Amino acid sequence: MTPARSSLYGLMAEFEHPSDLVEAARAASSQGYRCLDAYSPFPIEELHEALGSPHTRLPLVVLLGGLVGCLGGYFLQYWVSVIAYPINVGGKPLHSWPAFIPVTFECTILGAALAAVLGMLALNGLPQPYHPVFNVPRFALASRDRFFLVIEAVDPRFDLEQTTGFLQSLHPREVMTVDD
Amino acid sequence: MSALERNAGEVIPELGRHQRPLLAAGALGLAVCAIGWVLEPAQFYQSYLMAYMLCLGVTLGCLALGMVHQLSGGAWGVVIRRPIGAASRVLPVMTVLFLPIVAGMQDLYVWTRPGVVAGDALLQHKQLYLNVPFFLARAGLYFIAWNVISHLLNKWGLEQDQTGDPQIARRMQRLSAGGLLVYGLTITFASFDWLMSIAPHWYSTIYGVIIIGGQGLSAIAFLIIVLEWLSRRPPLDTIIAKSHFHDLGNLLLAFVMLWAYFSFSQFLIIWAGNLPREIEWYVHRLQTSWMLLGGGLILFHFAVPLVLLLLRAMKREARLLVRLAVFMLLARLLDLYWLVAPDFHERGLALSWLDLALPLSLGTFWAGCFVYQLRRRPILPVHDPEFDEALGDILERGRRPSTAH
Repeated sequence: MTPARSSLYGLMAEFEHPSDLVEAARAASSQGYRCLDAYSPFPIEELHEALGSPHTRLPLVVLLGGLVGCLGGYFLQYWVSVIAYPINVGGKPLHSWPAFIPVTFECTILGAALAAVLGMLALNGLPQPYHPVFNVPRFALASRDRFFLVIEAVDPRFDLEQTTGFLQSLHPREVMTVDD
Repeated sequence: MSALERNAGEVIPELGRHQRPLLAAGALGLAVCAIGWVLEPAQFYQSYLMAYMLCLGVTLGCLALGMVHQLSGGAWGVVIRRPIGAASRVLPVMTVLFLPIVAGMQDLYVWTRPGVVAGDALLQHKQLYLNVPFFLARAGLYFIAWNVISHLLNKWGLEQDQTGDPQIARRMQRLSAGGLLVYGLTITFASFDWLMSIAPHWYSTIYGVIIIGGQGLSAIAFLIIVLEWLSRRPPLDTIIAKSHFHDLGNLLLAFVMLWAYFSFSQFLIIWAGNLPREIEWYVHRLQTSWMLLGGGLILFHFAVPLVLLLLRAMKREARLLVRLAVFMLLARLLDLYWLVAPDFHERGLALSWLDLALPLSLGTFWAGCFVYQLRRRPILPVHDPEFDEALGDILERGRRPSTAH
Protein backbone atom coordinates (compact mmCIF):
# COMPACT_ATOMS: atom_id res chain seq x y z
CA MET A 1 0.00 0.00 0.00
CA THR A 2 1.38 3.42 -0.89
CA PRO A 3 0.66 6.37 1.35
CA ALA A 4 -2.22 8.51 0.17
CA ARG A 5 -0.14 11.70 0.19
CA SER A 6 3.61 11.92 0.14
CA SER A 7 4.75 15.22 1.65
CA LEU A 8 8.25 16.64 1.62
CA TYR A 9 10.38 16.43 4.78
CA GLY A 10 13.32 18.33 3.37
CA LEU A 11 16.37 18.26 1.15
CA MET A 12 19.49 16.19 1.74
CA ALA A 13 22.97 16.85 0.38
CA GLU A 14 25.66 14.18 0.43
CA PHE A 15 29.35 15.03 0.96
CA GLU A 16 32.47 12.91 0.76
CA HIS A 17 34.61 14.74 3.31
CA PRO A 18 33.90 15.90 6.85
CA SER A 19 35.43 19.33 6.13
CA ASP A 20 32.99 19.79 3.21
CA LEU A 21 30.11 19.05 5.56
CA VAL A 22 31.36 21.61 8.09
CA GLU A 23 31.75 24.22 5.33
CA ALA A 24 28.26 23.45 4.02
CA ALA A 25 26.71 23.63 7.47
CA ARG A 26 28.45 26.94 8.08
CA ALA A 27 27.21 28.30 4.71
CA ALA A 28 23.64 27.11 5.34
CA SER A 29 23.41 28.64 8.80
CA SER A 30 24.92 31.91 7.57
CA GLN A 31 22.25 31.92 4.81
CA GLY A 32 19.70 32.03 7.60
CA TYR A 33 18.57 28.40 7.59
CA ARG A 34 17.72 27.29 11.11
CA CYS A 35 15.94 23.93 10.77
CA LEU A 36 18.91 21.92 9.61
CA ASP A 37 20.81 18.91 10.80
CA ALA A 38 24.03 17.15 9.87
CA TYR A 39 24.88 13.44 9.93
CA SER A 40 28.35 11.95 10.15
CA PRO A 41 29.77 8.50 10.96
CA PHE A 42 31.91 10.05 13.71
CA PRO A 43 31.75 13.15 15.92
CA ILE A 44 33.08 16.35 14.31
CA GLU A 45 33.98 18.92 16.90
CA GLU A 46 33.33 22.07 14.85
CA LEU A 47 30.01 20.86 13.46
CA HIS A 48 27.93 21.96 16.42
CA GLU A 49 29.16 25.51 16.09
CA ALA A 50 28.91 25.45 12.28
CA LEU A 51 25.24 24.45 12.42
CA GLY A 52 24.54 27.50 14.54
CA SER A 53 22.55 25.28 16.88
CA PRO A 54 20.83 27.11 19.70
CA HIS A 55 22.16 26.42 23.18
CA THR A 56 21.00 23.15 24.65
CA ARG A 57 19.20 22.97 27.96
CA LEU A 58 21.16 19.85 28.92
CA PRO A 59 23.60 21.68 31.27
CA LEU A 60 20.65 22.89 33.34
CA VAL A 61 19.21 19.36 33.50
CA VAL A 62 22.61 18.03 34.63
CA LEU A 63 22.92 20.76 37.26
CA LEU A 64 19.49 19.96 38.65
CA GLY A 65 20.29 16.22 38.67
CA GLY A 66 23.51 16.98 40.56
CA LEU A 67 21.72 19.15 43.12
CA VAL A 68 19.04 16.50 43.68
CA GLY A 69 21.76 13.86 44.16
CA CYS A 70 23.71 16.13 46.50
CA LEU A 71 20.79 17.03 48.77
CA GLY A 72 19.29 13.54 48.55
CA GLY A 73 22.58 11.90 49.50
CA TYR A 74 23.14 14.27 52.41
CA PHE A 75 19.64 13.98 53.86
CA LEU A 76 19.56 10.22 53.39
CA GLN A 77 22.58 10.03 55.72
CA TYR A 78 21.12 12.63 58.06
CA TRP A 79 17.86 10.73 58.28
CA VAL A 80 19.60 7.38 58.85
CA SER A 81 22.11 8.55 61.46
CA VAL A 82 20.09 11.18 63.33
CA ILE A 83 16.43 10.15 63.05
CA ALA A 84 15.99 6.52 62.03
CA TYR A 85 18.92 4.78 63.73
CA PRO A 86 20.79 7.13 66.07
CA ILE A 87 23.92 5.35 67.29
CA ASN A 88 26.91 6.75 69.17
CA VAL A 89 30.13 6.25 67.16
CA GLY A 90 33.30 7.19 69.01
CA GLY A 91 31.48 9.88 71.00
CA LYS A 92 30.95 11.98 67.88
CA PRO A 93 27.75 13.98 67.41
CA LEU A 94 24.99 12.19 65.52
CA HIS A 95 25.08 14.86 62.85
CA SER A 96 28.78 14.48 61.92
CA TRP A 97 28.88 16.28 58.61
CA PRO A 98 32.51 15.51 57.63
CA ALA A 99 31.65 11.82 57.49
CA PHE A 100 28.71 12.58 55.17
CA ILE A 101 30.78 14.41 52.54
CA PRO A 102 32.15 11.43 50.52
CA VAL A 103 28.70 9.83 50.05
CA THR A 104 27.17 13.25 49.31
CA PHE A 105 29.85 13.79 46.65
CA GLU A 106 29.27 10.38 45.07
CA CYS A 107 25.50 10.92 45.02
CA THR A 108 26.02 14.30 43.34
CA ILE A 109 28.03 12.63 40.58
CA LEU A 110 25.45 9.83 40.27
CA GLY A 111 22.56 12.28 40.00
CA ALA A 112 24.40 14.45 37.49
CA ALA A 113 25.48 11.46 35.36
CA LEU A 114 22.02 9.92 35.28
CA ALA A 115 20.49 13.31 34.44
CA ALA A 116 23.06 13.72 31.65
CA VAL A 117 22.28 10.38 29.99
CA LEU A 118 18.50 10.43 30.45
CA GLY A 119 18.26 14.16 29.73
CA MET A 120 20.29 13.72 26.53
CA LEU A 121 17.95 10.95 25.37
CA ALA A 122 14.84 12.94 26.26
CA LEU A 123 16.00 16.20 24.64
CA ASN A 124 17.04 14.30 21.50
CA GLY A 125 13.58 12.72 21.33
CA LEU A 126 15.03 9.21 21.64
CA PRO A 127 14.10 6.42 21.25
CA GLN A 128 12.57 7.34 17.91
CA PRO A 129 11.29 4.38 15.87
CA TYR A 130 10.70 6.41 12.69
CA HIS A 131 12.67 9.20 11.07
CA PRO A 132 12.11 10.43 7.49
CA VAL A 133 15.83 10.62 6.62
CA PHE A 134 15.91 6.81 6.38
CA ASN A 135 13.55 7.04 3.40
CA VAL A 136 16.62 7.99 1.37
CA PRO A 137 18.38 4.70 0.54
CA ARG A 138 21.85 6.29 0.35
CA PHE A 139 21.47 7.59 3.92
CA ALA A 140 22.67 4.15 5.12
CA LEU A 141 26.16 5.42 4.23
CA ALA A 142 25.90 7.98 7.05
CA SER A 143 27.16 5.26 9.38
CA ARG A 144 30.02 4.37 7.00
CA ASP A 145 31.90 7.01 5.03
CA ARG A 146 29.52 9.72 3.85
CA PHE A 147 28.41 13.00 5.38
CA PHE A 148 24.91 14.43 5.03
CA LEU A 149 23.35 17.84 5.50
CA VAL A 150 19.56 18.08 5.73
CA ILE A 151 17.52 21.28 5.48
CA GLU A 152 13.97 20.70 6.66
CA ALA A 153 10.96 21.92 4.71
CA VAL A 154 9.53 23.56 7.83
CA ASP A 155 12.35 26.11 7.79
CA PRO A 156 10.81 29.55 7.06
CA ARG A 157 13.45 30.20 4.43
CA PHE A 158 12.84 26.85 2.71
CA ASP A 159 11.89 27.01 -0.96
CA LEU A 160 12.21 23.83 -3.01
CA GLU A 161 13.88 25.43 -6.01
CA GLN A 162 15.99 28.03 -4.24
CA THR A 163 17.18 25.65 -1.52
CA THR A 164 18.01 22.97 -4.10
CA GLY A 165 20.05 25.55 -6.00
CA PHE A 166 21.77 26.65 -2.82
CA LEU A 167 22.71 23.08 -1.85
CA GLN A 168 23.97 22.42 -5.40
CA SER A 169 26.23 25.46 -5.08
CA LEU A 170 28.03 23.76 -2.16
CA HIS A 171 29.36 21.07 -4.54
CA PRO A 172 27.81 18.03 -2.90
CA ARG A 173 28.02 14.60 -4.49
CA GLU A 174 24.25 14.65 -4.87
CA VAL A 175 21.16 16.50 -3.61
CA MET A 176 18.15 14.33 -2.78
CA THR A 177 14.61 15.03 -1.65
CA VAL A 178 13.50 13.45 1.61
CA ASP A 179 9.88 12.25 1.78
CA ASP A 180 8.05 12.50 5.04
CA MET B 1 62.58 30.35 7.93
CA SER B 2 59.06 30.88 9.20
CA ALA B 3 58.26 32.87 12.31
CA LEU B 4 57.49 29.67 14.15
CA GLU B 5 60.97 28.25 13.64
CA ARG B 6 62.83 31.32 14.89
CA ASN B 7 63.48 31.87 18.57
CA ALA B 8 60.64 33.44 20.51
CA GLY B 9 62.88 36.35 21.53
CA GLU B 10 63.25 37.44 17.88
CA VAL B 11 59.61 36.92 16.94
CA ILE B 12 58.10 38.48 20.07
CA PRO B 13 60.37 41.46 20.87
CA GLU B 14 58.18 42.41 23.84
CA LEU B 15 59.54 39.41 25.72
CA GLY B 16 62.98 40.98 25.74
CA ARG B 17 61.61 44.29 26.98
CA HIS B 18 59.98 42.56 29.97
CA GLN B 19 62.94 40.45 31.03
CA ARG B 20 65.19 43.12 32.52
CA PRO B 21 62.47 45.03 34.49
CA LEU B 22 61.23 41.75 35.97
CA LEU B 23 64.70 40.63 37.03
CA ALA B 24 65.56 44.09 38.39
CA ALA B 25 62.28 44.50 40.30
CA GLY B 26 62.61 40.99 41.73
CA ALA B 27 66.19 41.55 42.82
CA LEU B 28 65.29 44.92 44.33
CA GLY B 29 62.38 43.35 46.21
CA LEU B 30 64.62 40.59 47.54
CA ALA B 31 67.14 43.22 48.63
CA VAL B 32 64.38 45.01 50.59
CA CYS B 33 63.36 41.68 52.12
CA ALA B 34 66.96 41.26 53.27
CA ILE B 35 66.19 44.02 55.78
CA GLY B 36 63.59 41.67 57.22
CA TRP B 37 66.24 38.98 57.38
CA VAL B 38 68.41 41.25 59.53
CA LEU B 39 65.55 42.37 61.79
CA GLU B 40 63.61 39.14 62.28
CA PRO B 41 65.44 36.18 60.71
CA ALA B 42 62.99 33.55 61.99
CA GLN B 43 60.04 35.28 60.29
CA PHE B 44 62.13 35.78 57.15
CA TYR B 45 62.82 32.05 56.83
CA GLN B 46 59.15 31.14 57.36
CA SER B 47 57.99 33.53 54.66
CA TYR B 48 60.85 32.52 52.40
CA LEU B 49 59.92 28.83 52.69
CA MET B 50 56.37 29.66 51.65
CA ALA B 51 57.46 31.85 48.73
CA TYR B 52 60.05 29.28 47.66
CA MET B 53 57.53 26.43 47.66
CA LEU B 54 55.17 28.51 45.49
CA CYS B 55 57.86 29.18 42.86
CA LEU B 56 59.16 25.61 43.07
CA GLY B 57 55.58 24.42 42.66
CA VAL B 58 55.23 26.22 39.32
CA THR B 59 58.66 24.99 38.19
CA LEU B 60 58.17 21.33 39.09
CA GLY B 61 54.49 21.38 38.21
CA CYS B 62 55.46 22.44 34.69
CA LEU B 63 58.13 19.73 34.52
CA ALA B 64 55.59 17.10 35.61
CA LEU B 65 52.87 18.35 33.24
CA GLY B 66 55.41 18.23 30.41
CA MET B 67 56.11 14.59 31.23
CA VAL B 68 52.39 13.81 31.46
CA HIS B 69 51.92 15.34 28.03
CA GLN B 70 54.78 13.29 26.56
CA LEU B 71 52.82 10.20 27.59
CA SER B 72 49.24 11.36 27.00
CA GLY B 73 49.58 13.61 23.95
CA GLY B 74 46.88 16.11 23.04
CA ALA B 75 46.60 19.59 21.56
CA TRP B 76 46.46 21.20 25.02
CA GLY B 77 50.08 20.31 25.66
CA VAL B 78 51.49 21.19 22.25
CA VAL B 79 50.63 24.88 22.61
CA ILE B 80 52.12 25.13 26.12
CA ARG B 81 55.12 22.87 25.55
CA ARG B 82 57.57 25.76 25.24
CA PRO B 83 56.41 27.69 28.33
CA ILE B 84 56.61 24.34 30.15
CA GLY B 85 60.19 23.84 28.98
CA ALA B 86 61.17 27.40 29.87
CA ALA B 87 59.71 27.05 33.38
CA SER B 88 61.53 23.78 33.96
CA ARG B 89 64.82 25.40 32.88
CA VAL B 90 64.51 27.78 35.85
CA LEU B 91 65.23 24.73 38.02
CA PRO B 92 69.00 25.40 38.35
CA VAL B 93 68.15 28.85 39.74
CA MET B 94 65.65 27.26 42.14
CA THR B 95 68.40 24.88 43.24
CA VAL B 96 70.60 27.82 44.28
CA LEU B 97 67.63 29.58 45.89
CA PHE B 98 67.21 26.58 48.20
CA LEU B 99 70.34 27.65 50.08
CA PRO B 100 68.54 30.19 52.34
CA ILE B 101 66.37 27.33 53.61
CA VAL B 102 69.52 25.37 54.49
CA ALA B 103 70.81 28.47 56.27
CA GLY B 104 67.52 28.82 58.17
CA MET B 105 67.17 25.18 59.22
CA GLN B 106 67.70 26.00 62.91
CA ASP B 107 64.83 28.50 62.78
CA LEU B 108 62.50 26.41 60.66
CA TYR B 109 62.85 22.90 62.04
CA VAL B 110 62.86 22.27 65.80
CA TRP B 111 64.27 18.78 65.29
CA THR B 112 67.62 20.37 64.34
CA ARG B 113 68.01 21.81 67.86
CA PRO B 114 69.84 19.33 70.11
CA GLY B 115 68.28 20.88 73.21
CA VAL B 116 64.76 20.16 72.00
CA VAL B 117 65.57 16.64 70.84
CA ALA B 118 67.25 15.76 74.16
CA GLY B 119 63.98 16.37 76.02
CA ASP B 120 61.73 14.63 73.50
CA ALA B 121 61.63 10.84 73.28
CA LEU B 122 59.66 10.81 70.02
CA LEU B 123 62.11 13.11 68.26
CA GLN B 124 64.97 10.90 69.44
CA HIS B 125 63.26 7.97 67.73
CA LYS B 126 62.75 9.97 64.56
CA GLN B 127 66.38 11.09 64.51
CA LEU B 128 67.30 8.20 62.27
CA TYR B 129 65.45 10.05 59.49
CA LEU B 130 65.24 13.62 60.78
CA ASN B 131 68.90 14.58 61.15
CA VAL B 132 70.77 17.37 59.42
CA PRO B 133 73.27 15.41 57.27
CA PHE B 134 70.61 13.01 55.97
CA PHE B 135 68.24 15.94 55.33
CA LEU B 136 70.90 17.67 53.22
CA ALA B 137 71.81 14.47 51.39
CA ARG B 138 68.16 13.86 50.52
CA ALA B 139 67.70 17.45 49.33
CA GLY B 140 70.79 17.01 47.13
CA LEU B 141 69.33 13.83 45.71
CA TYR B 142 65.99 15.47 44.88
CA PHE B 143 67.66 18.37 43.11
CA ILE B 144 69.98 16.07 41.15
CA ALA B 145 67.02 13.97 40.01
CA TRP B 146 64.89 16.96 38.98
CA ASN B 147 67.75 18.75 37.25
CA VAL B 148 68.82 15.65 35.32
CA ILE B 149 65.28 14.95 34.08
CA SER B 150 64.71 18.59 33.15
CA HIS B 151 68.11 18.89 31.47
CA LEU B 152 67.64 15.77 29.33
CA LEU B 153 64.08 16.61 28.27
CA ASN B 154 65.10 20.15 27.31
CA LYS B 155 68.24 18.96 25.52
CA TRP B 156 66.29 16.40 23.50
CA GLY B 157 63.59 18.98 22.80
CA LEU B 158 66.25 21.22 21.28
CA GLU B 159 67.59 18.31 19.17
CA GLN B 160 64.04 17.64 18.02
CA ASP B 161 63.71 21.27 16.91
CA GLN B 162 66.97 21.15 14.96
CA THR B 163 66.81 17.71 13.33
CA GLY B 164 63.12 16.73 13.36
CA ASP B 165 64.21 13.15 14.08
CA PRO B 166 61.05 11.22 15.05
CA GLN B 167 63.08 8.84 17.25
CA ILE B 168 63.67 11.64 19.77
CA ALA B 169 60.00 11.77 20.78
CA ARG B 170 60.15 8.06 21.66
CA ARG B 171 63.20 8.68 23.86
CA MET B 172 61.47 11.58 25.61
CA GLN B 173 58.45 9.38 26.28
CA ARG B 174 60.55 6.68 27.90
CA LEU B 175 62.29 9.18 30.15
CA SER B 176 58.95 10.77 31.05
CA ALA B 177 57.46 7.46 32.18
CA GLY B 178 60.28 6.90 34.63
CA GLY B 179 60.58 10.59 35.36
CA LEU B 180 56.99 10.86 36.58
CA LEU B 181 57.63 8.00 38.98
CA VAL B 182 60.77 9.73 40.25
CA TYR B 183 58.87 13.04 40.54
CA GLY B 184 56.11 11.39 42.59
CA LEU B 185 58.54 9.82 45.01
CA THR B 186 60.93 12.76 45.37
CA ILE B 187 58.23 15.37 45.84
CA THR B 188 56.56 13.18 48.47
CA PHE B 189 59.75 12.99 50.50
CA ALA B 190 60.70 16.59 49.78
CA SER B 191 57.34 17.78 51.14
CA PHE B 192 57.80 15.55 54.20
CA ASP B 193 61.27 17.04 54.76
CA TRP B 194 60.69 20.70 53.97
CA LEU B 195 57.07 21.28 55.04
CA MET B 196 55.73 18.42 57.17
CA SER B 197 58.78 18.28 59.47
CA ILE B 198 57.97 21.83 60.64
CA ALA B 199 55.64 19.94 63.02
CA PRO B 200 57.92 16.95 63.59
CA HIS B 201 55.54 14.97 65.81
CA TRP B 202 52.81 14.99 63.25
CA TYR B 203 52.56 12.91 60.10
CA SER B 204 50.15 12.45 57.25
CA THR B 205 50.85 9.97 54.47
CA ILE B 206 48.71 11.86 51.95
CA TYR B 207 50.70 15.07 52.48
CA GLY B 208 52.97 14.55 49.46
CA VAL B 209 50.03 14.03 47.15
CA ILE B 210 48.39 17.26 48.37
CA ILE B 211 51.60 19.06 47.39
CA ILE B 212 51.65 17.31 43.99
CA GLY B 213 48.05 18.39 43.33
CA GLY B 214 48.94 21.93 44.39
CA GLN B 215 51.98 22.02 42.12
CA GLY B 216 49.92 20.84 39.15
CA LEU B 217 47.35 23.52 39.91
CA SER B 218 50.01 26.24 40.22
CA ALA B 219 51.57 25.16 36.93
CA ILE B 220 48.31 25.08 34.96
CA ALA B 221 47.28 28.48 36.33
CA PHE B 222 50.66 29.95 35.42
CA LEU B 223 50.57 28.41 31.93
CA ILE B 224 47.10 29.86 31.29
CA ILE B 225 48.45 33.31 32.16
CA VAL B 226 51.44 32.89 29.81
CA LEU B 227 49.34 31.49 26.96
CA GLU B 228 46.81 34.31 27.29
CA TRP B 229 49.64 36.84 27.06
CA LEU B 230 51.12 35.09 24.01
CA SER B 231 47.74 34.70 22.30
CA ARG B 232 47.35 38.47 22.14
CA ARG B 233 50.52 38.91 20.07
CA PRO B 234 51.81 37.62 16.75
CA PRO B 235 52.56 34.91 15.76
CA LEU B 236 50.27 33.01 18.14
CA ASP B 237 47.30 35.40 17.86
CA THR B 238 46.10 33.54 14.75
CA ILE B 239 46.90 30.09 16.14
CA ILE B 240 45.65 29.84 19.70
CA ALA B 241 41.97 28.93 19.62
CA LYS B 242 39.22 29.06 22.21
CA SER B 243 39.36 25.28 22.33
CA HIS B 244 42.93 25.41 23.70
CA PHE B 245 41.79 27.53 26.63
CA HIS B 246 38.80 25.26 27.08
CA ASP B 247 41.16 22.29 27.55
CA LEU B 248 43.38 24.17 29.99
CA GLY B 249 40.30 25.39 31.88
CA ASN B 250 39.13 21.80 32.23
CA LEU B 251 42.56 20.80 33.54
CA LEU B 252 42.44 23.69 36.01
CA LEU B 253 39.07 22.42 37.23
CA ALA B 254 40.48 18.89 37.52
CA PHE B 255 43.39 20.10 39.67
CA VAL B 256 41.11 22.24 41.85
CA MET B 257 39.02 19.16 42.57
CA LEU B 258 42.08 16.94 43.01
CA TRP B 259 43.53 19.32 45.60
CA ALA B 260 40.20 19.53 47.42
CA TYR B 261 39.85 15.76 47.36
CA PHE B 262 43.33 15.18 48.83
CA SER B 263 43.04 17.94 51.43
CA PHE B 264 39.64 16.80 52.58
CA SER B 265 40.73 13.14 52.69
CA GLN B 266 43.55 14.08 55.05
CA PHE B 267 41.14 16.00 57.27
CA LEU B 268 38.44 13.30 57.21
CA ILE B 269 40.78 10.47 58.16
CA ILE B 270 42.39 12.42 60.99
CA TRP B 271 39.01 13.70 62.19
CA ALA B 272 37.53 10.19 62.16
CA GLY B 273 40.51 8.64 63.97
CA ASN B 274 40.62 11.47 66.51
CA LEU B 275 44.03 10.44 67.90
CA PRO B 276 45.94 13.04 69.96
CA ARG B 277 49.14 12.77 67.93
CA GLU B 278 47.33 13.19 64.61
CA ILE B 279 44.86 15.94 65.50
CA GLU B 280 47.48 18.29 66.96
CA TRP B 281 48.10 19.71 63.48
CA TYR B 282 44.44 20.69 63.18
CA VAL B 283 43.82 21.83 66.76
CA HIS B 284 45.53 25.21 66.51
CA ARG B 285 44.44 25.56 62.91
CA LEU B 286 40.75 25.08 63.65
CA GLN B 287 40.36 26.36 67.21
CA THR B 288 42.03 29.76 66.83
CA SER B 289 41.61 32.58 64.33
CA TRP B 290 43.50 30.41 61.82
CA MET B 291 40.08 28.88 61.22
CA LEU B 292 39.26 31.93 59.09
CA LEU B 293 42.12 30.96 56.79
CA GLY B 294 40.80 27.40 56.61
CA GLY B 295 37.35 28.69 55.69
CA GLY B 296 38.96 31.00 53.15
CA LEU B 297 40.67 28.01 51.55
CA ILE B 298 37.41 26.07 51.21
CA LEU B 299 35.83 29.13 49.63
CA PHE B 300 38.62 30.48 47.40
CA HIS B 301 40.65 27.35 46.68
CA PHE B 302 37.62 25.16 46.00
CA ALA B 303 34.05 26.51 45.98
CA VAL B 304 34.49 29.69 43.93
CA PRO B 305 36.75 28.21 41.21
CA LEU B 306 34.60 25.06 41.10
CA VAL B 307 31.39 26.96 40.36
CA LEU B 308 33.07 29.36 37.92
CA LEU B 309 34.85 26.59 36.02
CA LEU B 310 31.61 24.70 35.51
CA LEU B 311 30.56 27.54 33.19
CA ARG B 312 31.55 26.91 29.60
CA ALA B 313 32.07 30.61 28.82
CA MET B 314 34.53 30.88 31.72
CA LYS B 315 36.82 28.31 30.13
CA ARG B 316 36.53 29.52 26.52
CA GLU B 317 36.95 33.25 27.08
CA ALA B 318 40.68 33.74 27.63
CA ARG B 319 40.16 37.11 29.31
CA LEU B 320 37.94 35.59 31.99
CA LEU B 321 40.01 32.46 32.42
CA VAL B 322 43.24 34.39 32.90
CA ARG B 323 41.70 36.35 35.78
CA LEU B 324 40.70 33.14 37.49
CA ALA B 325 44.23 31.78 36.88
CA VAL B 326 45.78 34.77 38.67
CA PHE B 327 43.26 34.26 41.46
CA MET B 328 44.26 30.59 41.72
CA LEU B 329 47.95 31.46 42.08
CA LEU B 330 46.97 33.68 45.03
CA ALA B 331 44.89 30.81 46.42
CA ARG B 332 47.95 28.57 46.14
CA LEU B 333 49.87 31.09 48.24
CA LEU B 334 47.03 31.02 50.79
CA ASP B 335 47.27 27.23 50.95
CA LEU B 336 51.05 27.30 51.49
CA TYR B 337 50.53 29.94 54.18
CA TRP B 338 48.06 27.54 55.83
CA LEU B 339 50.64 24.74 55.68
CA VAL B 340 53.57 26.77 57.04
CA ALA B 341 52.57 29.71 59.23
CA PRO B 342 50.17 28.28 61.86
CA ASP B 343 52.86 25.99 63.32
CA PHE B 344 54.99 29.03 64.15
CA HIS B 345 52.12 31.14 65.48
CA GLU B 346 49.90 28.72 67.35
CA ARG B 347 47.86 31.45 69.07
CA GLY B 348 46.18 32.66 65.92
CA LEU B 349 46.49 34.60 62.67
CA ALA B 350 49.79 36.44 62.37
CA LEU B 351 50.63 38.17 59.11
CA SER B 352 54.07 39.68 58.55
CA TRP B 353 54.92 42.09 55.73
CA LEU B 354 57.43 39.47 54.62
CA ASP B 355 54.57 37.01 53.93
CA LEU B 356 53.53 39.34 51.12
CA ALA B 357 56.83 40.92 50.10
CA LEU B 358 58.80 37.69 49.72
CA PRO B 359 56.37 35.80 47.45
CA LEU B 360 56.00 38.95 45.34
CA SER B 361 59.75 39.54 45.03
CA LEU B 362 60.73 35.93 44.53
CA GLY B 363 57.87 35.45 42.07
CA THR B 364 58.91 38.50 40.04
CA PHE B 365 62.52 37.35 39.96
CA TRP B 366 61.38 33.87 38.93
CA ALA B 367 59.25 35.38 36.15
CA GLY B 368 62.32 37.25 34.87
CA CYS B 369 64.29 34.00 34.70
CA PHE B 370 61.33 32.36 32.95
CA VAL B 371 61.17 35.08 30.28
CA TYR B 372 64.92 34.75 29.75
CA GLN B 373 64.47 31.03 29.10
CA LEU B 374 61.34 31.44 26.97
CA ARG B 375 63.15 33.74 24.53
CA ARG B 376 65.77 31.14 23.74
CA ARG B 377 63.62 28.62 21.88
CA PRO B 378 60.94 28.75 19.18
CA ILE B 379 57.50 29.38 20.62
CA LEU B 380 55.98 26.13 19.28
CA PRO B 381 57.49 22.62 19.00
CA VAL B 382 57.08 22.32 15.20
CA HIS B 383 58.67 18.86 15.04
CA ASP B 384 56.60 17.35 17.80
CA PRO B 385 54.81 14.25 16.46
CA GLU B 386 51.54 15.68 17.79
CA PHE B 387 52.06 19.04 16.12
CA ASP B 388 50.22 18.34 12.86
CA GLU B 389 47.25 16.81 14.54
CA ALA B 390 47.02 19.63 17.04
CA LEU B 391 47.58 22.62 14.78
CA GLY B 392 47.66 21.26 11.20
CA ASP B 393 44.15 22.47 10.38
CA ILE B 394 45.09 25.98 11.37
CA LEU B 395 48.59 26.21 9.89
CA GLU B 396 48.57 24.11 6.73
CA ARG B 397 45.01 24.15 5.52
CA GLY B 398 44.68 27.79 6.47
CA ARG B 399 41.46 27.21 8.38
CA ARG B 400 40.97 30.14 10.71
CA PRO B 401 40.20 28.94 14.20
CA SER B 402 37.80 30.78 16.43
CA THR B 403 40.71 32.53 18.07
CA ALA B 404 40.77 33.41 21.70
CA HIS B 405 40.58 37.16 21.11
